[in-house]
Amino acid sequence: MSISVSMTVNGKAVSGKVEARTLLVQFLRENLSMTGTHVGCDTSQCGACVVHVDGQSVKSCTMLAVQAEGAKVMTIEGLAPSADKLHPMQEAFRDNHALQCGFCTPGMVMSAVDMVKRHNYQLDEATVRRELEGNLCRCTGYHNIVKAILAAAPAMKAAGV
Amino acid sequence: MKGGAHAAERHDSALRHVTGGAAYIDDLPEPPGTLHAALILSPIAHGRIAMLDLGAARTAPGVVAVLGPHDIPGRNDVAAIGKDEPLFAEGRVYFAGQPLAMVLADTLDRARAAAALARIEIVAEPAILSIDAALAAETWVQAPARLARGDAPAALARAPHRLTGEFRCGGQEHFYLEGQIAFALPGEDGDMLVHSSTQHPTEVQHICARLLGCDFNRITATVRRLGGGFGGKESNASWVAGAAALGAGHTGRPVKLRLPREIDMVATGKRHGFLYRYEVGFDDEGRVLALDAMLAADAGWSLDLTPGVVTRALTHIDNAYFIPHLRAVGYACRTNLQSNTAFRGFGGPQGVLVMEDAIDRMAAHLGRNADALRALNFYARGRDTTPYGQPVTENHLPRVWAEARQLGEVERRRAEIAAFNATSPILKRGLGVFPLKFGISFNSPHMNQAGALVHVYTDGSIRLAHGGTEMGQGLFVKVAQVVAEVFQVDLDRIRPAATSTADVPNTSPTAASTGSDLNGGAAFEAARELKRRMTAYAAEHFGAAEADVVFADNQVRIAAPGSNQVLSFGELAQLCWLGRVSLSATGYYRTPGIHWDPATMQGRPFFYYSFGASVAEVAIDTLTGENRVLRADLVQDCGRSLNPAIDLGQIEGAFVQGQGWLTCEELWWDDRGRLRTVGPSTYKIPGSRDVPPVLNVRLLENAPAEVATVFRSKAVGEPPLMLATAVWTALRDAIAACRQAPGPIRLDAPATPERVLAAVRARQAKS
Repeated sequence: MSISVSMTVNGKAVSGKVEARTLLVQFLRENLSMTGTHVGCDTSQCGACVVHVDGQSVKSCTMLAVQAEGAKVMTIEGLAPSADKLHPMQEAFRDNHALQCGFCTPGMVMSAVDMVKRHNYQLDEATVRRELEGNLCRCTGYHNIVKAILAAAPAMKAAGV
Repeated sequence: MKGGAHAAERHDSALRHVTGGAAYIDDLPEPPGTLHAALILSPIAHGRIAMLDLGAARTAPGVVAVLGPHDIPGRNDVAAIGKDEPLFAEGRVYFAGQPLAMVLADTLDRARAAAALARIEIVAEPAILSIDAALAAETWVQAPARLARGDAPAALARAPHRLTGEFRCGGQEHFYLEGQIAFALPGEDGDMLVHSSTQHPTEVQHICARLLGCDFNRITATVRRLGGGFGGKESNASWVAGAAALGAGHTGRPVKLRLPREIDMVATGKRHGFLYRYEVGFDDEGRVLALDAMLAADAGWSLDLTPGVVTRALTHIDNAYFIPHLRAVGYACRTNLQSNTAFRGFGGPQGVLVMEDAIDRMAAHLGRNADALRALNFYARGRDTTPYGQPVTENHLPRVWAEARQLGEVERRRAEIAAFNATSPILKRGLGVFPLKFGISFNSPHMNQAGALVHVYTDGSIRLAHGGTEMGQGLFVKVAQVVAEVFQVDLDRIRPAATSTADVPNTSPTAASTGSDLNGGAAFEAARELKRRMTAYAAEHFGAAEADVVFADNQVRIAAPGSNQVLSFGELAQLCWLGRVSLSATGYYRTPGIHWDPATMQGRPFFYYSFGASVAEVAIDTLTGENRVLRADLVQDCGRSLNPAIDLGQIEGAFVQGQGWLTCEELWWDDRGRLRTVGPSTYKIPGSRDVPPVLNVRLLENAPAEVATVFRSKAVGEPPLMLATAVWTALRDAIAACRQAPGPIRLDAPATPERVLAAVRARQAKS
C-alpha cells in the first residue's frame, strides 16, 4: 500500500509515494536521490543520518517518512547558503580536519548546527562532548570535531545563522 | 606553489565530506533493473547441513534468484591466502553467521524478507568456542609458529628472579561506519565492473574471477573511497564483492550487496583475541634476561590472514625491549567463531602487551619504579638486535620517551596522583607510560610493492592513479602532495582518481601502514619519469642543458645563459605533446633491503621502525569499576611528515581506537557461539565523552627517516593505536593504589567496569 507524502526539503516542495513503513532516510536517499544523509548502524545509535525537521535535529532512520508530512526538512545538501559559500559549521569541519573517512560527517555537522543553536551559540567543551554522544565517529577520536564545533559557534553567531 | 610535500593540507575530499557530495558505494545511481541481495546465514556454530529449503524464498514477492554453493560457476572459495574457505557453506557449517545462500530481489526489503523465509536444518555438533578449548583439543589453522633466540630455558634457570604471568585480551569489531558493500555491474561478454568498499581491489578482482571462473581481465574492481576500513575491508570485502559479482553474473543484472550492521557484525571477522602465558627471568636491577612466552590467538574457523597476524604478534613481543634469550610460540587456534582477520596493528597491539605486563610484575616484585625498568630494558648500543635478527637502527626510543614524559609532566603528576589516592578511598587515579617500537613493511616481502599511473594533460592538469585506497586516512592527498612536489605545481592541479585494477594492476592491500610509503614511492617514480621526459624535451627545444630546465612555482624556467624563457607547466605540457613526447607514465616501487624466512622467523622484515611514547592518566571508581581516561600525552615519530595535519588526525583517532579495544569494546558470544554484541547498542565503541578531554599530541621533530622513504616521511596508520597501551597500564596503576603493598595485578582486556571491579576486589582481598 503506498501513501502520498509531501514536505519541503531544503526549501523545495517535494512529494512522493511511500509505504507506511518507509523511513525518512529512505525517502531522502531513494525517492529524492539525496545521498548525503548516510545510514551507518541501522538502529538509531550512530547519528550518520541526522537531518533537521522543522529546525530540530532528528535521526532520519528513526522517523517515518509519513511523520514528516508537511514538515520543513533540511539535509546536509541544503545547509550551505549557496553553491560557493559554506555554512560556518561546514567551514569549521573542513578547516579543523574534523573528518577522515567522512561517512559520519554529514550527521555530525547537522547535529552540531542544532546543538549550537539550542545553546544560543554559547558552548563549552564539556557541553559539546555531552551533546555529541548520539553521533559516533570511528576515525577521528572526536578531538578535532569538538574543536570545529567550538570554532563554529561564534562564527555562526557572527554570520547570523 | 601550494601543497607540496610536508604541507598541512586538508583532506582531498574535505569539501565533499562536509557538503554531502562525497559518494560512497551506496550513493551511486542504480541503473534500471538493479537487484538487491540479502544473505542467509547459519544460526549454528558447527554442524552438518541436513536441509536447506529455499523454496519459500524463491517464490517470495520480487525475488529473481536464490543462489547457493551449486550456483557458483567457478570455485566456491574466497580464501585470501589459504584455500577451501567457501563463499557459501557446503555440507557443513563452521560458525554461527556463516553464509549459506543469497537472495536477489527487486528491492532490498523484499530480498531481506525472502531471506528470512529460508528453512534451515543443521545437525549441531560439538563446537570449539574458546581459545582454551582449542588449545586443549590442539585445533589449529596453521602449525604453531616459533621465534627463538639463545637458550631461554637455560637462561631462566640461571636468572636470579623468575615470574610467571597469564592474561588475555579480547578481539575487536572494526565498526567502520560504512558497512560492507559491493555493487557489481555486468558488461558485455562476461566483463564485470565491481564497486567494492575494499582495501584490496586486486583481491576483489581475483576472488570475483575465481567464483565466476573467468580470467582476471574480465573483472575491474574499483573504489573511490571507503567509509572506514581499519583492516576489516581487507579480506572481508572480497567475499562480499564476490557474492555481488556472482549475483550479477547469474542474472545479467546489476547487483548490490550491502550488509546491514547486524549481519555485518555476525558474518565478518574481527581482531584476534589472545591468551598469553609467560615466564620472565631478570636480574636484581630489573634487567630482562629471558622470556618464555606462549601467545594463543583466536583465529576463528578459517585461516584468513591469521599467519601474518601471529607473525606480527611474535615479532612485536619484544616491543622496545632487548630480550637476550627468547622462546615465543604463537598458536593459531581454530575455533567455531568468525574468522578473525586484519585490524589496524595486525597482531602488533597484541604482541606488545606481553612485556608491559611482565615489567609491571617485575617492578612490583623488586619494589622498583616500573618506568625506570622500562627505560633500563630499552634497545641500546650493544643491545640492539631483535630476536628475529634485525638491528634496531635509528633508535628514537630515548627521545620519544623523554619527550612524552616531559609533555605528560610525569614526575609532577605521579606525586599529585599519589597525594590524591592517599586521601581518596573510593576514587583512585593511575598513570601509565608506554614506549613503542613498531616495524614498518608487510611481513611478507613480496607484498611490499606498488604501482602508479600519472597522466599530464596538455593544460597542465594531472591525473594521479595508484594502487592505494582512500579510507579516510588521507592517502590520496599525501600521494598527490608527492606528485605536486616533484612537478612543483599546486596541489589542486592534481586529480586523484578512484582506485581501480584497470589503472594499476597486481596491487597489495592498503594495509600495514604502508599506503603512503609504497604508493607515494610509486607515484614519485612516475612523476619523476614524466619530469625527466619534459625536461629533456624542453632542453632540446630551447637549446639549453637539462640542468638549466627548472621546475618551480607552477612554471618551468630555462635558465640558460642568454635565455630567459619562462613557460607555465601547462605550456610545456602542450609543447611536449606537439613534440610527440608521451605524457603518461607508470611508476613502480618496491621496498629495498627486506627479506624474511618464515620457517626460521629470521631476517630483516621491516624497512624501518616507527617509534612513539605515551602517557595516560585514568580514574577508577573502586565500588563500580567504572573508569575514565582523564588525559593522554602522545609523541609519535612520523619521520619528516608528509602532512602533519593528516598525521595528527591519524594519531588521535588511532589512540582512541586502541583505547576502545583495551577498555570498552567487548565482543560477547553466548554458550552456543552466537555473537550477541551485534550493534552499537551492545558493542560500545568510544563516544565523544569516553575520550580523554585533555589529549596532547606531538610529532617527533627533526627526525627525518634514516632510510630513503619518500621525502623521508614515515608511516602513521597503525603505530599510534598501540600508544593506548598506556591506558591499560594506568588502569593497573590505579588498581594497585587500592592497597599499600606490592603485588601483581591481573587485568584482562578489554578492561570493562566489570573486569576493573574484579581486579580491585582481588587486590583488596589480599590485604
